[in-house]
Amino acid sequence: MAEAVKQEIDARGSACPGPLMELIRGIKASSVGDAVAVLSSDPGSNKDIPDWVDKIGYELVSNEDHGEYHRFVVRKTK
Amino acid sequence: MKDKLNVIVMSGTVDKLLAMSTIVSGAVAMGKEVNLFVTFWGLMAFKKGAWMDPSQQKLPAEYQEFGPMMQERMQAMGIQPWMVTLKTAKEIGDIHVYSCGMTQDMFGLKLDDLEDIVDDEKGVAGFIAMCEDAEVLVF
Repeated sequence: MAEAVKQEIDARGSACPGPLMELIRGIKASSVGDAVAVLSSDPGSNKDIPDWVDKIGYELVSNEDHGEYHRFVVRKTK
Repeated sequence: MKDKLNVIVMSGTVDKLLAMSTIVSGAVAMGKEVNLFVTFWGLMAFKKGAWMDPSQQKLPAEYQEFGPMMQERMQAMGIQPWMVTLKTAKEIGDIHVYSCGMTQDMFGLKLDDLEDIVDDEKGVAGFIAMCEDAEVLVF
């Protein structure tokens, strides 16, 4: 069952640190418990976004590899 | 890891400004408070509109041959101009930008002549006092 995603951000075509900053902006505007998805074609996001989620202490619900881009789903847990 | 990063922005060349804005973005993303002290050629780069004026984009002399290639790659990769990246970082995190009072006097610049991202001017003693409990980077 797919997680209910409140907001999907398409950051494809944007380079470091763009996708992470767009994700942070989306997460800031969302409520605790919400999941936010971000699409990124920047290879650096594959390390950067999990590292950020780990540091902040949110939950990385999924990281799907779609070839040309990744789709990350992050839940704001607090 | 200290939770405060202070950055002295001395250089006005695009390569260093781009690296500075990217690293500052990472720092605020990771929850750090960031204070920038903008001085000398770095201050010139913060003059209103300088970052988008092609005639004011500078590279170090030894890397000038890479200018056209960098511009092309930046466009192809979707890399934002450094000032856009810095402004986005300031929207997201806790960034304060201080201009060096002495450099302003030297170049005859008022606070109003600088980009709105600059919060205030500061003397060197004031900035050093802010560095007591911070890591410091120089660009």
